[in-house]
Amino acid sequence: MKELVVISGKGGTGKTSIVASFAALAGSSVLADCDVDAADLHLVLKPDIKQRENFSGGRVAYIDPDICMHCDRCRELCRFDAISEDHVVDTVSCEGCAVCAFACPVEAAVMKESINGEWFISETRHGTMVHARLGIAEENSGKLVTLVRNQAKRIAGEKNLDMIIVDGSPGIGCPVIASVTGADMVLIVTEPTLSGLHDLERVADLADHFGARIMVCINKADINPDMADRIEAMCVARKIPVPARIEYNTVVTAAQVEGLSVVEFGDSNVANQIRALWSDVKKQLG
Amino acid sequence: MIISIASGKGGTGKTTFATNLSLAAAGRGDRVTLMDCDVEEPNSHIFIKPEITATEKVHVQCPMVIEEKCTGCGKCGEVCQFSAIVVINKKVLTFPELCHACGGCFEFCPEGAIMEQPREVGELQTGKSRGVDFVHGRLRVGEAMSPPLIREVKKRLEPDAINIIDSPPGTSCPVIESIKGSDFVLLVTEPTPFGLNDLKLAVEMVRTLGIPFAVGINRSDTGNSGVLDYCSEESIDVFVEVPHDRNVAEAYSRGEIAYDVVPEYAGIFIELLEKIEKAGKAGAER
Repeated sequence: MKELVVISGKGGTGKTSIVASFAALAGSSVLADCDVDAADLHLVLKPDIKQRENFSGGRVAYIDPDICMHCDRCRELCRFDAISEDHVVDTVSCEGCAVCAFACPVEAAVMKESINGEWFISETRHGTMVHARLGIAEENSGKLVTLVRNQAKRIAGEKNLDMIIVDGSPGIGCPVIASVTGADMVLIVTEPTLSGLHDLERVADLADHFGARIMVCINKADINPDMADRIEAMCVARKIPVPARIEYNTVVTAAQVEGLSVVEFGDSNVANQIRALWSDVKKQLG
Repeated sequence: MIISIASGKGGTGKTTFATNLSLAAAGRGDRVTLMDCDVEEPNSHIFIKPEITATEKVHVQCPMVIEEKCTGCGKCGEVCQFSAIVVINKKVLTFPELCHACGGCFEFCPEGAIMEQPREVGELQTGKSRGVDFVHGRLRVGEAMSPPLIREVKKRLEPDAINIIDSPPGTSCPVIESIKGSDFVLLVTEPTPFGLNDLKLAVEMVRTLGIPFAVGINRSDTGNSGVLDYCSEESIDVFVEVPHDRNVAEAYSRGEIAYDVVPEYAGIFIELLEKIEKAGKAGAER
């Protein structure tokens, strides 16, 4: 079983459009949308939800106003400014550290389980998909990402499927770290802009830090061919394979509007370039 | 005044809006501070090109156990909600990368056997360019938690100036940390199904936080009418629609500012700034 994780550093470079096409090309794989706080893959794959579960990633403090003596001990110790002057917890700021609960002399501060998301197992026209929705303003996206990946692995094992395709999130923080650790291959989708280059270097450093194998795809490459060359040169210097450049074309948006992946939308240069990319990725994965 | 530029989806144009708004304000003669809170992948500096005048490391305080004093009682492990300090067979193990720096273990150790040990989370840089005071954070690669660094960036807010915050994408904790306390949020989106889906999540987020907001539509002549229809149904103001312009996209790719390349942009962003100021003031009075 191989796990391919698609990330980008910079947002909006085309991760999800490429993952949707890979899903169509793979035929039978398990799909995992790990961009849990702005998931979009479902808009193309139109999952039919078969199983729905609550996600509880942690706890938040609650201070019982009937018991609280307003000694202010909790507020002095809280490092997240989550307790107001009249000793009410701001659940958005609360980190769930429980320091207030341990400090409270009258046990007015207690920790409560918080439901901070949902996750789903669904069927799509390209196979089973595991996806999630982190509640608004919630923490622990890393835990939810790990849960989604583990469920995808379990399903792939049970169904004897040899490929898992993971749609990751932008950035280099907690959900991205949770997506790349232990993956067989990380495909970084970038764009030929200075921002793309800057963000690619940071996310490639991150993938290196966690010992992942990396490939890079330059999307919308013709927006600035010189910058695409510069990115490719940087990758060559770092011994990162760059199997494909994909052109900028409005067909990508048109396919999205129709709720289709680019390769399902009909013949186009972009579709052919993604097909070539997929066959290279599969070859590299072995 | 504090104005945040946010979006659910990445790559919609947050940085373009934040940098151009900052220059528009500076061009008017206002004092303006641009704070790039996208500490995982900060990009504003690429366009503003500030001369960095100060760089400082930012740390959080993690536990270090003084073995001679430790009795192995296990209190620290009981207090820690993040498994960053655990006690096995009276032996204390620490995992600094899991530590949320809540201070619980220091506070509740009955023997005073835990010392604070700094963990570097990233660096904070300040500088100036074209009349804009600039500050950004750069998360250390491999560090999972960005909120402590974002809090440090926001300590540079200038109460009497126009503060413009370039937020990370998404709707989870780093975004909340960036935008909370703002007088107004501009949500930048693009008129595609992905843009619409993530806009809805972002709207839910700013409504949860109770911050007045409006929408800016980038590349407004692409995609479909979904975003406009949604904004009209929800009575959300659309403050600006910026059409796709290949010249601007190419300038962006070279790290140039739209404002410098297409002279009409100065007017677009000054008008946008005026709308935001008016709405922000009305919000503050409410």
